[in-house]
Amino acid sequence: MFDIKGYGWLLWKGVQLTVLVGVFSMAIAILLGFVGAWGKLSGSRIARTAAGAYTTIIRGVPELVMILLVYYGVPTLIQDIFDVNIDFNPFAAGIATIGFIYGAFSTEVFRGSYLAVSKGQIEAAKASGMNRILLFRRILLPQMWRFALPGLGNVWMVLIKATALVSVIQLPELMRNADIASRSTRLPFTCYFAASLIYLLLTVVSMSIQQRAEAWANRGIRRA
Amino acid sequence: MDISIIQDSIPRLLHGAVITIELTTVSVAIGLCLAVPFAMMRTHRNPQLWMPVYGFNFYFRGTPLLVQIFLVYYGSGQFQELLTQTGLWIFFQEAWFCAVLTLTLNTAAYTSEILRGGIEAIPFGEIEAAKACGMSGSLLYRRIILPKAFRLAWPAYTNEVVFLLQATSLVSIITIMDITGVARMVASRSFAFYELYITAALFYLILVYGVLFVFRKIEYRILIGNR
Repeated sequence: MFDIKGYGWLLWKGVQLTVLVGVFSMAIAILLGFVGAWGKLSGSRIARTAAGAYTTIIRGVPELVMILLVYYGVPTLIQDIFDVNIDFNPFAAGIATIGFIYGAFSTEVFRGSYLAVSKGQIEAAKASGMNRILLFRRILLPQMWRFALPGLGNVWMVLIKATALVSVIQLPELMRNADIASRSTRLPFTCYFAASLIYLLLTVVSMSIQQRAEAWANRGIRRA
Repeated sequence: MDISIIQDSIPRLLHGAVITIELTTVSVAIGLCLAVPFAMMRTHRNPQLWMPVYGFNFYFRGTPLLVQIFLVYYGSGQFQELLTQTGLWIFFQEAWFCAVLTLTLNTAAYTSEILRGGIEAIPFGEIEAAKACGMSGSLLYRRIILPKAFRLAWPAYTNEVVFLLQATSLVSIITIMDITGVARMVASRSFAFYELYITAALFYLILVYGVLFVFRKIEYRILIGNR
């Protein structure tokens, strides 16, 4: 059924780049999520407003528009303001945009997981003389991971599908390569269907990894 | 920054906004009509009923929407002869039809899973009570299960509608002139990239928060008896 005239290797190369884009974007999203959650929960009014604006804007603008804005818009904006000529490489622009978008979603995940850590534990840690960094590293982080894992798993699942949009800025990931293969083989249905099954496989693998990670994070927790 | 290009493009962007709203409304409406029977089948005990819906939902939720759109719009070309013979080619030729078809199937999959969550969250006692009053079959669904499931699922459904509204931006890739399509066309002709894309983003922000506002109002109304 999947006789795509030797273009299978092209799809395989695309998958590798898709996973790479996914992993880098997820790393950026997790970092931004921590910063955003800190902002949302911080006492400083400016940080709260900035984090609120960040999640509000991201929730209301489509990913495609963000990608086009970053890849085509930001270089021209910089050119207009500073009069320097820069070009983004599609890989950097892609992971920056997708990381930035899903950073807003992880912000909400981390905010929720911070609030799920019981207040008494934080007080107890402070009372035993831990400073903020030690408190974060020893008390908050290990427990926040556990509460955040289901949410982060969902973010990853949506993120890996969103990487298909990077194909519009000509990054040769799975979707773009399926496009190229479909044009040269004149078998568009076969090529796109093969690509869709590969995405499905990525989802299934991610789901099973997520289950294992959650089981690992919940070890030692007594369940009713 | 070129303000005049933004001003000139506003009427065209408004026209694009109409297309975006049309696509969203049509897909959401038909998608919901499909999602209700799908959710009923999905929660049924009979595997012959829930298995096909499970497979459908799994495929449409597990693959990117962009792949689905390309699969329908470009992929149908591979079966041109067959489709011409059956008289369906005139539909698949149209980008508009392919866009609505894909968006509808996609939202039907997400919505039916949301409704399934709602149906499964109904307390068993309520259904038992309805059965004890002599309700069964369609009456039970119409009076008890579906209204309750909709109330429970409404916040999640609001999110789905917002996601679909944003997802319609992908149809610009198959040449439909929605907000994103207009912005891309004007930007590539005038080289005013960030001006156009920021304006398009503002259009979407207004639409998204407008939808959220309306759906919150509806939520307030439909939850009135439950508070």
